[in-house]
Amino acid sequence: MRFGIVVFPGSNCDEDALYAARDVFGQDAEYLWHKDADLKGADVLILPGGFAHGDYLRTGAMARFSPIMAPVRAFAERGGPVLGICNGFQILLEAGLLPGAMLRNRGLKYRCEHVYLRVEQTDTPFTSAATAGQVLKMPIGHGEGNYFAPPEMLKTIEANHQVVLRYTDPQGRVDEAWSPNGSVNAIAALCNDARNVVGMMPHPERACEALLGGVDGRVIFDSIVRSPKGFALQGIGRRLQPSQTA
Amino acid sequence: MIDAKVLERHGVKPDEYERILAFMGREPNLTELGIFSVMWSEHCSYKSSRVHLRTLPTEGPQVLQGPGENAGAVDIGEGLAAVFKIESHNHPSFIEPYQGAATGVGGIIRDIFTMGARPIALLNSLRFGALDAPGTRRLLENVVAGIAGYGNSIGIPTVGGEIVFEPTYAGNPLVNVFCLGIAKQSDIIKGVASGVGNAVYYVGAKTGRDGIHGATMASAEFDDKSAEKRPAVQVGDPFMEKLLLEACLEVMQTDALIGIQDMGAAGLTCSTTEMGSRGGAGVEIDVSLVPQRETGMTPYEIMLSESQERMLLVAKQGREAEVERIFEKWDLHAVRIGHVTDDGLLRVKERGVVVAEIPNRALTDEAPEYHRPMSEPEYLREARQLDLDTLAAPSDQNATLLSILGSPTIASKKWIYRQYDHMVRTNTINLPGLGAGVVRIKGTDRALAMSVDGNGRYCYLDPRLGAMLAVAEAARNVACSGARPLAATNCLNFGNPERPGIMWQFAKAVEGIGEACRALDVPITGGNVSLYNETDGKAIYPTPTIGVVGLLEHADHVVSRRFQESGDAIVLLGEGRGELGGSEYLKVMHDLVRGVPPALDLDAERKLQALLVTLAGERLMRSAHDCSDGGLAVTVAECCFDTNGIGAELSIEGAGVSREVTMNTAAALFGESASRVIVSVVPEHVTTVLQRAAAAGVPARVIGQTGGSRLRIAVAGEIVIDQSADEAERVWATSIDKHFAHRVA
Repeated sequence: MRFGIVVFPGSNCDEDALYAARDVFGQDAEYLWHKDADLKGADVLILPGGFAHGDYLRTGAMARFSPIMAPVRAFAERGGPVLGICNGFQILLEAGLLPGAMLRNRGLKYRCEHVYLRVEQTDTPFTSAATAGQVLKMPIGHGEGNYFAPPEMLKTIEANHQVVLRYTDPQGRVDEAWSPNGSVNAIAALCNDARNVVGMMPHPERACEALLGGVDGRVIFDSIVRSPKGFALQGIGRRLQPSQTA
Repeated sequence: MIDAKVLERHGVKPDEYERILAFMGREPNLTELGIFSVMWSEHCSYKSSRVHLRTLPTEGPQVLQGPGENAGAVDIGEGLAAVFKIESHNHPSFIEPYQGAATGVGGIIRDIFTMGARPIALLNSLRFGALDAPGTRRLLENVVAGIAGYGNSIGIPTVGGEIVFEPTYAGNPLVNVFCLGIAKQSDIIKGVASGVGNAVYYVGAKTGRDGIHGATMASAEFDDKSAEKRPAVQVGDPFMEKLLLEACLEVMQTDALIGIQDMGAAGLTCSTTEMGSRGGAGVEIDVSLVPQRETGMTPYEIMLSESQERMLLVAKQGREAEVERIFEKWDLHAVRIGHVTDDGLLRVKERGVVVAEIPNRALTDEAPEYHRPMSEPEYLREARQLDLDTLAAPSDQNATLLSILGSPTIASKKWIYRQYDHMVRTNTINLPGLGAGVVRIKGTDRALAMSVDGNGRYCYLDPRLGAMLAVAEAARNVACSGARPLAATNCLNFGNPERPGIMWQFAKAVEGIGEACRALDVPITGGNVSLYNETDGKAIYPTPTIGVVGLLEHADHVVSRRFQESGDAIVLLGEGRGELGGSEYLKVMHDLVRGVPPALDLDAERKLQALLVTLAGERLMRSAHDCSDGGLAVTVAECCFDTNGIGAELSIEGAGVSREVTMNTAAALFGESASRVIVSVVPEHVTTVLQRAAAAGVPARVIGQTGGSRLRIAVAGEIVIDQSADEAERVWATSIDKHFAHRVA
C-alpha cells in the first residue's frame, strides 16, 4: 500500500505520519507538497496534523485553497481512502469533504493528553480492523477540537451512522466529564456519507509503538494496511456514488 | 548632539563613552552610539559576568562545541550531536507575558537550528510569585499560553520543565527556555562570515520598530514605569519560524552556506558584528535593502530592531541562486543586503551612503569588562540561623504531608503541561511529570534525557552550595531516567550586578556550578546570563537554572518515577540527615526561608549517579525518583501517583536533629538531604541491587515495599503517616486546577 502524506506549510505531524506508515507498518510512503497537483500514485491519503499556513485565520481555512486540494477532492470523490488527523480533520471540514465545523475547545485551552474513544463504526477503511464498541486510548493535541454541527445536520450525521469515534470514559460510556473539548455528541471522528473520508482529532500515529506508551492507534493503520488494495474503491463504502460528497 | 541625556537614555555610562571616543577617534553619530549601546549592554556583552564565566569548565572529550557559538554541542555517538542551550526571557515576559514567553521560545529554537540541528525537544523553567497573590494567575496563564502557542504551532514538543511559586518572583517572573536539537556531526554549521565578496543575505520576517532597545531593557531594573516599555517587546510568528526552520535546514543540506546566525537580541547589529568578528572579517550592508514592514524607518531603527523570525546568512560565491531557490519554495525571500569585506569593520550604508562604521572588535572582544565589587550580603547571617527547637512541631504528620503535596510548587503541573504538545514528533518516551524528559532518537537505539533545575531558596541561603545542588539535582534527574549525564547549559538569573551583594551571590554561584560540573563531569557548553532581575530595588533570589543532557544507550531501558507493580521492594539509595534548612516543609508549615541548605558530597553524588546508570542498564530497577523538594515522604507519595493506585508501606529512622520527637519525625519525613533516590526493585533483584550499591560505594537499604491502597510510613517504629494513596493523589493532582476553578473546565 502506498501512502501519500500531504504537506502544507505549517504541517508538523507529517513526519510522524510518514514514520508510522513507512517505519512502523513497512508501507511505501511519500510526501505530497501542497503546491503540487500530483498524488504520485498514492493508494491512501493522510492529511496530517499541524497548523497549516499558521492557522491564524481559522484552522484549515487557508489550506483548502492549496493546489493539492483539487486532486485530493477528486481522489475522495472516486472513493479513495482519505484520513484527516487533527489539523487534517479541520482542513477536510473547511474543504467541505466532511460536514460541520470546529470551535475552540470548551475550556479555551490547548489540550494534550490521552483520551478514551469508543469505536462506533467499523465499515470505514480506517476502522475495519476494530470491533464496534471497542475502547481505544489515544493522545490528542489541539486547541480547536470542539466539533459542531447544527441540529439538522447532526441528525443526518447520526442517522447515516457517520460518527466513527466518540470520547468516552475508560469503560466506553459517553460522559461529558471525559470529553476534552466539548464536542457535540462527543464526536471525536467522523466519516463522509460514502465512508471513504474520515476525519479524527486523536492522533493514531502517536500510539503505534509500546515505547511511546500505547499501541491503540495501530488499529487505524492496520485497518487500511490489511485491506486489499483499493479496498474502499471496491465498495466498503455503502451508498458510494462518485459524484456524492458530504 | 550626544549629551549626558542621550547617553543615559542609551544606558551608556560616561566612562564607557570615553572608551567609545577612543575607539572611534571621533564623536560617533546617533546610529553608531545606538549600535555601541546594544552591543555593550549587559545582555549582549556579559560585561559584569564574563570574568566569572571564564572559570567554568567547558571542555571534555564529549564536547563538540563549547560556549561562544549560537548553542553548545555534544557527541552522542553514531556520528550524531545533541545541540542545546537555555535562555531567559524574563524581562519581556513580565511586561507582556504572552509575547514575551512566545518569543523566548522562538529565540532559543532559532539558536538550535542555526547550528544545523533539527530541534526535537523543549523544556522550560518558570518562576512566579505566590499562586494566590494578585497578578500571578494572569502572568502564569499568559506565559504558559505563549509558550504553548509558539511551541505547539511550530511542532516541537515541550517534554518537561519545572515551576516554582515564591513571593520573591512576584514583581519579576523568570521564564527560562531550553531547546535541544539533533544534527549529524558533519553538518554542524557556525555563525561566521568569511570570504571577501561573499553575499550576505537577509531572510525571514520584515523589520519593524518592535523590540528596539530590547537588549538594553533587559539590562535595567524595573520600576512602576516599566509597563511603558511595552513597545520594546517583540511579537512572535511561529508559522514564519516554521518556514524558516524548514527552509534553513534544507539550505544547509546543500553545502552552499559559509555561515548563518539568527537575529536575536540587538537584531541586525549583533548578527552582522558577531559573524564578521568570528570569521575575522568585516560585513558591509545597506539598510535600504532590508525588507521593512513600516515606512520611514531610520538606519538607527533598522539596526536596533528586534523583530522576530529573521536570519542572516552568508552564501558561497556562485551558489546564490541555489540558496534563493530553496527559500522561494517556502515562500520566503532571501534578500541580498551586503557582502563580506576584509577590513574588520561593520559598515552600514543607506542608499550607498555610509551611516555607520565601527571596528567589529570594538563591539565584541573589546567591549567593557568589569570586575565589579563584591561583598557578602548582610541578610545572610540572620537568614542562616535556624533553631528547630523554637518551632512548633507538627502534631499530625498526615495533615503535614497533604499540605506539602498541595503546595503549588510540589503539586502536579498537569494543568500546565497538558497545554503543551509534548508528544509531537513521536519521540517522547518519558512524558512530562514523570521525571526527566526523554526522547528517543529515530534511526538509532538511543535516547536523550534532559532536565532543568534550579533552587532559588537554597541559593538565597548559600549561593555556592545552592548552585552546586542545582547541578547535582539536574544531573541526578537525568541519571534517574537511566541516562548518563553528558553536559550542561546554564541560565543565571540574578539582580543588579552593580550592587556588591548581588555580585557576590553571582560569583559564588558560578564557583559552585564550576565545582559541581567538574566533579560530575558535565561541562557547561553555553547558556545565558540575565541580570537586573529587580523591581523597585528588590532583587529576586539568586536563581541559576541548570539544564543537563544525558544519553541512554538503549531507549527501552528508560525508567520513570512511577511504581510499576505491587510487592516490589522500595530501596533508598543515599542517606537522609534530616536537613530542613531552606526546605518546602519550613516554607509551607512555618512560612520560613531559613537555615543552611542540605550538604552536598560531590563524590557521593557522582557514585550515586553512576550506580543509577548501571541499575537501569542492567534493568535492575523498575522506577527511580529523585528525593529532593518535600523530602522522602513526598517523594514516595509521588512514586505512588499515576499508577492506578499502588500504595506503599515503609519504615525509616528518626532524624535526631531536635529535642522534640515529633520534630525528629518531621525532619526524617520532610528533610531534603541531597544525593538520595527512591527506587523500586523486583524482589528477586534486591540482593543484586544491594551488591551493586555496595560495590559502587553507595549506601542502600530496603525501607519497605509497594502495594496496598495506602501510603503508610513508620518512623522509629511508630506509624506516623497512614493515608489513602488516592486521597493524597487527589490533593496533589487538583491543587493548581483549583486556582483556576472559576474558569470553565
